[in-house]
Amino acid sequence: MKSRKPSIPYIIWMVVFTMIPIIMIGFTAFTDKQGNFSLNAFTKAFFYTNVFVKSLWIALISTAICLLLAYPLAFLITRMKHSSQNTVIMLLMIPMWMNFLLRIYAWVTLLQKNGPIDMALSMLGIHGSYIGNSAAVVLGMVYEYLPFMVLPIYTVMSKIDNGLIEAAQDLGSNNFAVFKKVIAPLSLPGIISGITMVFVPSASTFLVAQYLGGTDDIMIGDVIDKIFWTDQNTGAAISLILMVLIFVFLVIMNLFGDEEAIA
Amino acid sequence: MKKIISIILAALIAASCIACLCGCGKNYDGEVNVYNWGEYVSNGEDGLLDVIDEFEKRTNIKVNYTTYETNEELYNMLKNSNVSYDVIIPSEYMISKLIKEDMLLELNYDNIPNYKYLMERFKKLSCDPESKYTVCYSWGITAMVYDKTKISQKPDSWEILWDKNLKGQILMFNNSRDAMAIALQLCGINPGNCTKEDVDTAAKKLREQKPLLKNYVMDKVFNEMEKSQAAIAPYYAGDVITMMNNNEDLDCAMIADGANLFYDAMCIPKCSKNKENAEKFINFMQDPEIAAANFEYLYYATPNQETYDKYLDDDVKNNELIFPSDEYLDKCYVFSNVSDDVYSYMQEQFVKIQAE
Repeated sequence: MKSRKPSIPYIIWMVVFTMIPIIMIGFTAFTDKQGNFSLNAFTKAFFYTNVFVKSLWIALISTAICLLLAYPLAFLITRMKHSSQNTVIMLLMIPMWMNFLLRIYAWVTLLQKNGPIDMALSMLGIHGSYIGNSAAVVLGMVYEYLPFMVLPIYTVMSKIDNGLIEAAQDLGSNNFAVFKKVIAPLSLPGIISGITMVFVPSASTFLVAQYLGGTDDIMIGDVIDKIFWTDQNTGAAISLILMVLIFVFLVIMNLFGDEEAIA
Repeated sequence: MKKIISIILAALIAASCIACLCGCGKNYDGEVNVYNWGEYVSNGEDGLLDVIDEFEKRTNIKVNYTTYETNEELYNMLKNSNVSYDVIIPSEYMISKLIKEDMLLELNYDNIPNYKYLMERFKKLSCDPESKYTVCYSWGITAMVYDKTKISQKPDSWEILWDKNLKGQILMFNNSRDAMAIALQLCGINPGNCTKEDVDTAAKKLREQKPLLKNYVMDKVFNEMEKSQAAIAPYYAGDVITMMNNNEDLDCAMIADGANLFYDAMCIPKCSKNKENAEKFINFMQDPEIAAANFEYLYYATPNQETYDKYLDDDVKNNELIFPSDEYLDKCYVFSNVSDDVYSYMQEQFVKIQAE
């Protein structure tokens, strides 16, 4: 019992700010406006299946692109001098000190018609529109969440003992074999927590699509936001379904790696 | 080194606590909790009067000022939480809802002598026909803002928002009530008094429009129009003027058949604990000089006749967009009788249109 005492404040915190809200969402989702039991909210929620699919799809693509960019980057950073490592990590972090909305605004300014990117490409004779489509939304997400992918992978990779790599080389492995047999398996926990940290928020995000997307790019987070104005029950039901979907995703991720990697 | 830093930090924390105590120690004769829209009173910017500060100085009553973004947020706060507010400024349709649900206190107009300055039209509001609960704060109409370099002829009907030649350059309200109202009007239905079937008709019309749109916007409209990213957008008159001031290619277009007349009015909710102070605050806000400061800041029309007569420049008074003629206002419709059921159906349909 003695060892549990320090955890009491955290338990209270968890109950008040995590458990009770989830129970309230569950309660709202399974009732109607008058507070009677009803599955009506779920029937309504399933109208938005296509938005669910689209949100998860965009989140998945963003996560994949983040992984493709972050993995080599994290690897390169670990190969640097220690002092330069800190500088690069710092540079990665600096954008995160700025407000999230401001950074999205910055992209709007960059991508819009007669903006810097449009001007530069027009001079080269390329005309197009770079904002108001799904690609812009993915770009915004990747920009937003890239540090969340780099950091866990970098942390895990920098802990890999150089001795293991040297041992593999001594035993006759070429670079590819070293990567495949040593670095990749040891960095897996980092990859898994990186994927979790990017996928979960990007699946439930809102506003990014409102600013960078067009009329067809509505994410499930935006639907929840709007529907909550007048219909809390359906909003809660959609949130609950999203939570279940994310939970299923985390369980699947769990099958690939250590349990502790799940955030 | 660490020690020094921690001493400095400790000193800073102590200093800020003391500063706070001193600040809280000032003696006020009571308080008033005002719950208002964001950026909705003159706040001392651009050399204008800081209205809240002025009220505290004149009456020595402390103002606790908090803001909300939507009428629904206000409603949920009043309904579901234990907070106490003394003055709220909801829009017409929300006022009817609050009156219907018995959530407002009747005002004692004897404590609000400045009520006499209100224009006749805004004394008897359609959401409060017997004038028991409300003092109008500001009003306006919906209109369109368009880019003269992209549209050569001044439009006078919402029909242009469905123009195929402008595909990808049209913006639309990202707000079910205003978007539906435009569609309803085009279908020949009075938006102030519509049924679920009417909403279905309007939803069909909005579905036809969706492929032509650049996007659904609210505050984003400023950036889009001022930076010449789109050709035309419907919006609120006061904001149309702001956009026109920031980009000389822009012009305004009023709807010949009339548009939505909206207004916000000050009320006292049932949860109020300082009713007298609240009435003082409401009275203060209708002081012609204060109303003038708020008008200069907002550019939403003031219902205060005295302010209009004595404080405003002629070019503002004659601006048909800010102060439309009586004949025009008679053609406009007001959103006050739409039932809760129909409104939530509107919202649901609008989200569905966007989700498809």
